[in-house]
Amino acid sequence: MLKGRHLIDPMDFSVEELTQIFDFADKIISNPQKYSDLCKGKILATLFYEPSTRTRFSFEAAMLRLGGQVIGFSEPNSSSVAKGESIADTIRTIACYADITVIRHPKEGAPKLASMYTDMPVINAGDGGHQHPTQTLTDLLTIRSKLGKLKGLTIGLCGDLKFGRTVHSLIKAMSRYENNQFVLISPKELQIPDYLRKYLVENKIDFKEVERLEEVIDKLDILYMTRVQRERFFNEEDYIRLKDSYILDIEKMKQAKEKMIVLHPLPRVNEISIEVDKDPRAYYFEQAKFGMYVRMALIAKLLGVDE
Amino acid sequence: MVTVNAIKKGIVIDHIKAGYGIKIFKYLGLENADFTVALIMNAPSNKLGKKDIIKIENAIDMDYIVLGLIDPNLTINIIEEEVIKEKIKLKLPERVEDIIKCKNPRCVTSIERDIIHVFYLVDEYSGEYKCQFCDEIYFHSEV
Ligand SMILES: [Zn+2]
Repeated sequence: MLKGRHLIDPMDFSVEELTQIFDFADKIISNPQKYSDLCKGKILATLFYEPSTRTRFSFEAAMLRLGGQVIGFSEPNSSSVAKGESIADTIRTIACYADITVIRHPKEGAPKLASMYTDMPVINAGDGGHQHPTQTLTDLLTIRSKLGKLKGLTIGLCGDLKFGRTVHSLIKAMSRYENNQFVLISPKELQIPDYLRKYLVENKIDFKEVERLEEVIDKLDILYMTRVQRERFFNEEDYIRLKDSYILDIEKMKQAKEKMIVLHPLPRVNEISIEVDKDPRAYYFEQAKFGMYVRMALIAKLLGVDE
Repeated sequence: MVTVNAIKKGIVIDHIKAGYGIKIFKYLGLENADFTVALIMNAPSNKLGKKDIIKIENAIDMDYIVLGLIDPNLTINIIEEEVIKEKIKLKLPERVEDIIKCKNPRCVTSIERDIIHVFYLVDEYSGEYKCQFCDEIYFHSEV
């Protein structure tokens, strides 16, 4: 049962529960009109303790498209938060007004804390560099919709694999499905953290770590790009030697499979050159649409209005 | 070896890792005791090489969770009528409330008033604990 649950960590839901959400998202995608009154009379609160227009719009559009209403703040200056109200007090007040709440907060664990003070469903919309579970749901729904499955795939993750939380969550989430193989493409300094490598080894997940995208791109079903920042390199020599490896351009796309999909959590800087945008395999803008649909399905499931 | 008389009724904390006896002694406030107390340091031990032992000639209340955090390998013997009535083997507690403080400056515990710091054991073998809010890892030996 998803009704009444919180979503704080990407691993909070079982594979079966995720399937329920994705199945419902598919129904919405195929006939959005049918669900446009589903949340009539319900209120979603968006508590954004730091601005993130992209994420907030996605949640608000999701609720409005389900026929619900939205209240909230987009930065804490204007709210009681600025007067020093604790998270525990804020959430108990909000629970009197809203049916479901989305929280974004610069401090790690803030949405978890809020969820401990209310029975109203709480969704984590990003807590510092810690977790961002609806991004992971977005990634999974995009893959499922475009490739028709979540198992038996070769998934390339390219760029900064050390600090990117979306990458860590995606690896953990995809490793729960059978026969997935991971190709981790990054400079030595930006490889996945030890805890994650340990997790992959302990769970006998097939993975390899390489330095250059061009060596492996022809093997991939999915290419998940992230940004590599120059200041993350330890030395200039490595940066000059490798920088072009982490920029996706049409030359590299020529070697890739015809059905490979390119994903990116956005915003992009220069790690995908704009000439790739026209390639039919580029799905990073469509990903935002799946993000909204998966949030619609999530909201409906947590409110228990999906029948 | 120094011999300390067997006690009639009380508690013997044995197999304390050498050097930790004094910590436990202080934690239990035994420096202010008005009953017989012995702290034996660096006693030879087959298992540990060297160990500390505390003998307390009195029944006192102890928080086994905190003792487990200080040294999960120690044993507690409850003595009555000069015999061991009960032997308690400690292990690392699964959940620790308000003993470990999260030091991660990015953690919500750094800003929320009156928050209770809760840690969960993630690996008994290595003694790793995880903050329930930010997942920061601590080792029980850091406590
Ligand atoms: Zn913490």
